[in-house]
Amino acid sequence: MPNADSRELALRMGDNCLILAQRLGAWCGHAPALEEDIALANTALDLIGQTRLWLGLAGEMEGGKSADDLAFQRDARAFRNCLLVEQPNGDYAHTLVRQFLFDAWHAPMLTGLMKSADPRVAEIAAKSIKEVDYHLERSTDLVIRLGDGSEESHARMQSALDDFYPFAGELLTPDAVDEALAEAGLALDLQSVRSAWRSHVAATLQEATLTAPVDAPVRKGGKQGLHSEALGYVLAELQWMQRAYPGAEW
Amino acid sequence: MYAQEVKSTGEAVKSLKEMSPEERAFQEKIDAGVKIEPKDWMPEGYRKTLIRQISQHAHSEIVGELPEGNWITRAPTLERKAILLAKVQDEAGHGLYLYCAAETLGVSRDEMTEQLLSGKAKYSSIFNYPTLTWADIGAIGWLVDGAAIMNQVPLQRCSYGPYSRAMIRICKEESFHQRQGYAIMMQLMKGDAAQREMAQDALNRWWWPSLMMFGPSDADSVHSAQSMAWKIKQNTNDELRQKFVDQTVPQAEFIGLKIPDPDLKWNEEKGGYDFGEIDWNEFHEVLKGNGPCNKERMEARRKAWNDGAWFRDGLMAHAKKRAAKKIAAE
Ligand SMILES: [Fe+2]
Ligand SMILES: [Fe+2]
Repeated sequence: MPNADSRELALRMGDNCLILAQRLGAWCGHAPALEEDIALANTALDLIGQTRLWLGLAGEMEGGKSADDLAFQRDARAFRNCLLVEQPNGDYAHTLVRQFLFDAWHAPMLTGLMKSADPRVAEIAAKSIKEVDYHLERSTDLVIRLGDGSEESHARMQSALDDFYPFAGELLTPDAVDEALAEAGLALDLQSVRSAWRSHVAATLQEATLTAPVDAPVRKGGKQGLHSEALGYVLAELQWMQRAYPGAEW
Repeated sequence: MYAQEVKSTGEAVKSLKEMSPEERAFQEKIDAGVKIEPKDWMPEGYRKTLIRQISQHAHSEIVGELPEGNWITRAPTLERKAILLAKVQDEAGHGLYLYCAAETLGVSRDEMTEQLLSGKAKYSSIFNYPTLTWADIGAIGWLVDGAAIMNQVPLQRCSYGPYSRAMIRICKEESFHQRQGYAIMMQLMKGDAAQREMAQDALNRWWWPSLMMFGPSDADSVHSAQSMAWKIKQNTNDELRQKFVDQTVPQAEFIGLKIPDPDLKWNEEKGGYDFGEIDWNEFHEVLKGNGPCNKERMEARRKAWNDGAWFRDGLMAHAKKRAAKKIAAE
């Protein structure tokens, strides 16, 4: 039934945006340069906007729940974001590499979704793509400049890449839901997202003089709600107000 | 008031007769309302006072990100989170415009940052208070941005062109922040008892520090006269503070909040409120570094700067490599 799959798709897209925005928001005032403070807040802001669209759609398909209901009232097992976005911020290299690996998936994914058989999905993708193209442009540029920068910046970027590369596989490996979505024309086949991701990442890393780990094991589970321990703490902060003051309006 | 106690020259204002021909021409330009631009001749005291004032203002925007940024991950709804993110992003942007304006006077952003981190440069005392509840985000927007506007609206007419233009951009955003902050308070006052108490508690804690934002009272303000002659300050501290009180009291009453000042009373004769004495001891202690969060704020800024050194160096190293490649290719 396409509606159930569309709903799962909307949750996955929305939860990725929400959890990553939550991570980025924690940098505010602490980034290594004023321009980075501004850029991270801006990216987080875009992602929160997209969260509201995706979770709004998922909620609508769940019989009139709001985006806020889904963001603030679900527990960890019901979240559908990939493991990559919930990983702790680490140093700024980790934050940037996480962003880059995600953006490199997010842009081709949305491009595919613009042609979704579900017009509501296509509309959100079309609204989001400009923002995400810019996120990718920015994170690509920084990966190149810092990878091919000083000895220390190179070492930090390489170490972040070694740590986070294994998480990228989850975004690119289809599960039963992804297959059903592609089958129904609701989303692009993940294989073609994967080839777009690979060529962009390979070209970027080469220019950045960075090396992708070989035969990295794929770390996955988030799409099915099997998360890392990190997510519970993200949700604790995110949801605290709504949990502490049930039913209050803000 | 993001620049509370800016040292000026410390000397008496010269009369036109006592001035050198250059100084006189400069003062006459200011008196005629002509903007001073970076390449124009200016007295050293004017340049130095402006650097101090603009950089203090810029530092305040940057340090001000911390108490509000503190609530981004905990904002109670997606919409409030988005609004808060946009606000903090604006404040960082204000810092950026202001550093750029100060740079036109011959000081670099790195130098200004070093002065902040070494404790040599000041920032507004208000950001040394903690944000304990969500209502504090409402109180900051309403009171702190509200007080900032009071000071910054006249600064749009400041004699120094780049500062004046930065202020024009900034003021538009500040008034939006003020309205958003008030909207948070209004929503809380429409809520249940716990929410109303949260709002009142926030007002109780932020009211007096907000009044301190305008700086020492005129009687104790030693640096005002020269700054006013140079039109880098247009109103006295007490004038602005009075204006702020007169504007804010009815807003508080309108949503059912009580101003925490037993001496507050409408004075028909002056057409404004009389209000109680500010705890100047607290003000000076906070400026000296002994406020509730001075230490944490400076530590956070130092950590961001030190932890980010590799990032900034990496970008420089890349730029050098690129330039070298370009030369080699030519
Ligand atoms: Fe500001
Ligand atoms: Fe503001």
